[in-house]
Amino acid sequence: MKISRHIESLILAILALKANLLRSILTTLGIIVGVASVIAVVSIMQGFSASITEQFENMGSNTLQIEPYVSFRNQMRGKRAKLTISDYEAIGRTISGIDVIVPLTYQGGSTVVYEGDQARLQYQLGTVSNYGEMNNYYPGNGRFLIPSDDTFKRKVIVLGADVRKELKQLPASPSGEYVQLDGTWFKVVGEMEARDSTLGFSQDNMVIIPFQTAVNILRERAERFIQIMIKVENVENLPQITEQLERLLRARHKIPKDGVDDFRIRTSDQMKESFEGVMDTVTLVVAAIVGVSLVVGGIGIMNIMLVSVTERTREIGICKALGATRSDILIQFLAEAVILCLLGGLIGIAIGYGLGAMVGALVPTLPDIVVPLWAIMLSLGFSSLIGILFGIAPASKAANLNPIDALHYE
Amino acid sequence: MTNGSVIKLSAISRYYHMGGEVIKALDGVDLSINKNEYVAVIGASGSGKSTMMNILGCLDRPTEGDYTLNGTDVSSLADSELSNVRNLEIGFIFQSFNLLGRATALANVIQPLIYRGTGRSERKQLAMDALKRVGLEGREHHLPNQLSGGQRQRVAIARALVTNPAIILADEPTGNLDSSTTTEILALFDKLIEKGQTIIVVTHEPDIAKRCKRAITISDGKIIKDEVN
Repeated sequence: MKISRHIESLILAILALKANLLRSILTTLGIIVGVASVIAVVSIMQGFSASITEQFENMGSNTLQIEPYVSFRNQMRGKRAKLTISDYEAIGRTISGIDVIVPLTYQGGSTVVYEGDQARLQYQLGTVSNYGEMNNYYPGNGRFLIPSDDTFKRKVIVLGADVRKELKQLPASPSGEYVQLDGTWFKVVGEMEARDSTLGFSQDNMVIIPFQTAVNILRERAERFIQIMIKVENVENLPQITEQLERLLRARHKIPKDGVDDFRIRTSDQMKESFEGVMDTVTLVVAAIVGVSLVVGGIGIMNIMLVSVTERTREIGICKALGATRSDILIQFLAEAVILCLLGGLIGIAIGYGLGAMVGALVPTLPDIVVPLWAIMLSLGFSSLIGILFGIAPASKAANLNPIDALHYE
Repeated sequence: MTNGSVIKLSAISRYYHMGGEVIKALDGVDLSINKNEYVAVIGASGSGKSTMMNILGCLDRPTEGDYTLNGTDVSSLADSELSNVRNLEIGFIFQSFNLLGRATALANVIQPLIYRGTGRSERKQLAMDALKRVGLEGREHHLPNQLSGGQRQRVAIARALVTNPAIILADEPTGNLDSSTTTEILALFDKLIEKGQTIIVVTHEPDIAKRCKRAITISDGKIIKDEVN
């Protein structure tokens, strides 16, 4: 009988909310906005996260990446670090168990000119023929670099998929055409396939030239930012090779025994992990902001519920005279608050999903927008919790009304 | 429970503390009301008749004394038990009707049955019967603001009757009604008395008091007159 009585209180709560539908929806606006932002952000981040993780996975687990690294604090003290071409050559010469070694030299701010059209690049990359295979990155047209390009320092160039956006005159099959890269003539040998954008930024607005050609043209500027990618023959040897690399580079960079490394050796798993760590932090920050907005929404609900209790004082008095107990009234008003919050949660999920889908449609390279079940459950759970937390005060105010005073309330 | 008495008050007092002063709203009242009695409680404002009504209606507890309602000592019950007593034993009729504004006549009459835990179909049937008894068949889906004053008070009477209470407590039931509607409502009370209902009317109108079979006059928190008409 007690249960059926609570169900009746629930029905009365729904009727009361329905009687003031517009106000109910406006009241829950705070919750709607809060939940919609959680769902939108979570769904978009899941999409980005999946697309970036996939890129790391393309590298394979038997690869290592070496890059110059100075902690932010030391950077502020003016310390700089770099890997040199002779570092690259020394690694290739002395470390055993390496299947493939690929040097990369990045150069920003370059431009490509073709038939009077000019494309400003994100970067130009100097590397060798194995780079493509190592990164699962292949030409869609023509060919990639071949070993002899590097050996003979040929002035050949492979264009990124987005370069032709600016170079309007470029034929559909650009191999054999000549372009000017920062004033030097290069022969186009291929055009890469398009890749997913990272966080909405295109990765395809770039060109690739042979490593030795880049060194030859850029001279010491080529050493400003060199990375080295290594594929080992046997995954099990990864720790030993890492150790050997560390010893070699520390010796070459003359780092004292207690000094810190000025380079960083990471496996693709570690890079994935550190990326996921960043994502987790972002998620946490977003969750905190959303949590605050839900609490603000809850305060809004509490406010309106308190007004509603005052407004319905006489009604509460009548119900008490007719035999409603304190718990009947408490449950009815608590149910109203929880239903309001849940309603806000549901509307918020729908809007958030819509926003996520919209962003998904605007950024075509993003994988399909999926709202994870945990986000939905968490939103609904948190909304109900807010409803209970902020519904308690108005509900107990209603339940504790003295029936005589309530009946005579004007 | 002697001699079929529904209500037995012995030495009931109700004191209020106001600004360090003790106000004796009721001061040692003894009263016994039998089943099927038609009683008027009269008195000027401030005489203590409202306090009397609150105590009889189990909306308030006496400071001192014992109150036995239909064989149960209700003077020291907890709030939730008092709620149940109100639901089971008392039907209220108020001067300003006190209907739930956004509920239909039928829903208003059903309300006390919800707190009693009556099943859905049964309570609808009971409420329809009660509305029929007060002559409101065909009006059950009207909202209070679609009904006249007299009709609203009939809904309130139906609501009081629907639980088949031991007593009906009417607080100035015709205070907001014109004279012809007043006559209608009083005729309805007469009919209920014929059917064996116990009715207590709190009023300050001598005409209505005269219609009752017994009139109790309260002044300064004490019963000063208890006469049979």
